[in-house]
Amino acid sequence: MSEQRPDNSILVKRLLLTVAGMFAFGFALVPLYDVFCEVTGFNGRTSNEAAVYQEVEVDESRTVTVQFITRNAKGIPWKFEPSIKQVKVHPGEVKVVNFLADNPTSSNMIAQAIPSVAPAEASLYLNKVECFCFNQQPLAAGADTEMPMQFYLDPDIPDHITTFTLSYTLYDMTANTSAEAIAQLLKTE
Amino acid sequence: MSTAVEDTHHDTHHDHKPYGIGRWLFTTNHKDIGSMYLWLSFTMFLVGGAMAMVIRAELFQPGLQLIEPQFFNQMTTVHGLVMIFGAVMPAFTGLANWMIPMMIGAPDMALPRMNNWSFWILPFAFLILLGSLFMEGGGPAFGWTAYAPLSTTYSSDSTALFVFSVHIMGISSIMGAINVIVTIMNMRAPGMSYMKMPLFAWTWFITAFLLIAVMPVLAGAVTMLLTDKYFGTSFFDAAGGGDPVMYQHIFWFFGHPEVYIMILPSFGIISAIIPAFARKPLFGYASMVYATAAIALLSFLVWAHHMFTTGMPVFAELFFMYCTMLIAVPTGVKIFNWVATMWRGSMTFETPMLFALAFVILFTIGGFSGLMLAIIPADFQYHDTYFVVAHFHYVLVTGAIFSIMAAAYYWLPKWTGHMYDSTLAKTHFWTSLISVNVLFFPMHFAGLAGMPRRIPDYATQFADINQIASIGGFAFGLSQLIFLWVVIKCVKGGEKAAAKPWDGAEGLEWTVPSPAPYHTFEKPPKVE
Repeated sequence: MSEQRPDNSILVKRLLLTVAGMFAFGFALVPLYDVFCEVTGFNGRTSNEAAVYQEVEVDESRTVTVQFITRNAKGIPWKFEPSIKQVKVHPGEVKVVNFLADNPTSSNMIAQAIPSVAPAEASLYLNKVECFCFNQQPLAAGADTEMPMQFYLDPDIPDHITTFTLSYTLYDMTANTSAEAIAQLLKTE
Repeated sequence: MSTAVEDTHHDTHHDHKPYGIGRWLFTTNHKDIGSMYLWLSFTMFLVGGAMAMVIRAELFQPGLQLIEPQFFNQMTTVHGLVMIFGAVMPAFTGLANWMIPMMIGAPDMALPRMNNWSFWILPFAFLILLGSLFMEGGGPAFGWTAYAPLSTTYSSDSTALFVFSVHIMGISSIMGAINVIVTIMNMRAPGMSYMKMPLFAWTWFITAFLLIAVMPVLAGAVTMLLTDKYFGTSFFDAAGGGDPVMYQHIFWFFGHPEVYIMILPSFGIISAIIPAFARKPLFGYASMVYATAAIALLSFLVWAHHMFTTGMPVFAELFFMYCTMLIAVPTGVKIFNWVATMWRGSMTFETPMLFALAFVILFTIGGFSGLMLAIIPADFQYHDTYFVVAHFHYVLVTGAIFSIMAAAYYWLPKWTGHMYDSTLAKTHFWTSLISVNVLFFPMHFAGLAGMPRRIPDYATQFADINQIASIGGFAFGLSQLIFLWVVIKCVKGGEKAAAKPWDGAEGLEWTVPSPAPYHTFEKPPKVE
């Protein structure tokens, strides 16, 4: 019946390959999104790794206001707040801000703080030399602690950014970590 | 018409149909499969419609009367899923199965066994999804968009069933799409060049490419939800280094092309019906093809207009705003061409034409409210209000669904061999037209005044608007029973339909007798 009809199987194979490729592309979007966010500052993420402080000239002609807010994710009863609501810094100048955490419960807990910067553009110029958010933070039952965050702003920060907000959301990671591991971490501190 | 006569002779001779349930279970016949798709679609339309009735009944008055908020959320979620994946998409696949082989002069779909599978897995997908409503903890309640973390951290255990049912629906539509592409590329009758194909075949061809491009992405996205919820991954979990906003990006990368998957075949249907009843060839055939392709390509560049309020940089918002507005250009070309086709035509107003005309006007209203939503500062006001609900119901109900009904009335004589009761059909049209506007038009005002969507209760100032919308909703729901009645009556009997019951109709499907024989075009027709 089919005299000169093209072979369906080649076309079907190509289409199935496209389907498989698009399924893979869906997952490839995850690392692509990370790279995109890192390059453009999209979504206000900051690096998870400590920036090495490079000797830069402090631009004393400008000050940028950095505001701090903290928030607890659902289900974590810690008290968690910055020691100061905002600081004024010159680009290039290194500042330390302490964050206070208090575990009011009767059990050892461990938490992770996730940073976010608004407006997102500013995240490209925020360099954290040291941050409690780089690691999960254990806290013994009833204990409190001061967690330092040391940062400086890249002097290339555009003039139109005069104020930005750095927010931390604190997540309870206790359920994902064994009690021994938390105890171990508390001992090494 | 000598071909028609020959075909009759040929087909009555070989018109063996298997009998009983086996015919439907094992069929590889595109017409049988098309019919099953259409019946499944109508069943799902009634199921999803019943859920809409529950929603409108609860919203009839402010306060909580009938159902719990959690159940209300399940209703909005499953209503959306059932209508999109159960009613609109299978209806288009059913129409494609029935009509595309006949339109391009092919004896059947290219991959008939796969065709059988792509239909028969679908009822199970919906059994799983609807079954989840009866589970402990209830069915999915996070909206059809399944945003994380609502669908991960805060969802009930039925989420796994939701994910699997979406997987099955996705596999089914991918198989359907592959079948359409292979059929159109390899099975056209001699002389049926691409630019001679009816627009319904063209729009479906482009839709099929959209389907194979984005359904796998949806499958990936819901798989990530599944592993986040049950296997400890952190794709969308901020605590573990993921990002919930990323879910929205991936979802809408699928979701926006999906919107066009649900409207492009409509454009093909309307482009068949308006010339038939205006008795003029379609104005600007080639521009219709290019406009459809342009809409399909642009649909990949606009997804983030669903997410203007997530805190994107202004540059990105502007990019997505302008791309979105650009889509109005090819869409405008289409509307212009339909109107130009009618210009100085000898129009008559049979039921398919009435639905097609209502489509042109009401879909345009939905398109305009879409343009309003594309304006970033305005969107911050409209986002997640009833204005959005009004907008997408205008494009999906008076757009997609009306076009499907137009198609059903246009091709019913071909499918059944009988003319339908046109008084009853016109009653269906007018009751639907009036009630659908009573139902959805007031929602624009509720939205502009700030009524949020997906909430079972509202401030008393919205009471009148909601009462009117609910009355329209009940009337629209009841009107669809008239449609069921018309179709059943037409299947059972009625005035014999001619091979070409509409004198202005064009296309190969009208060269075969009515009802279309079980096997058509076993010898390819000659297309000059």
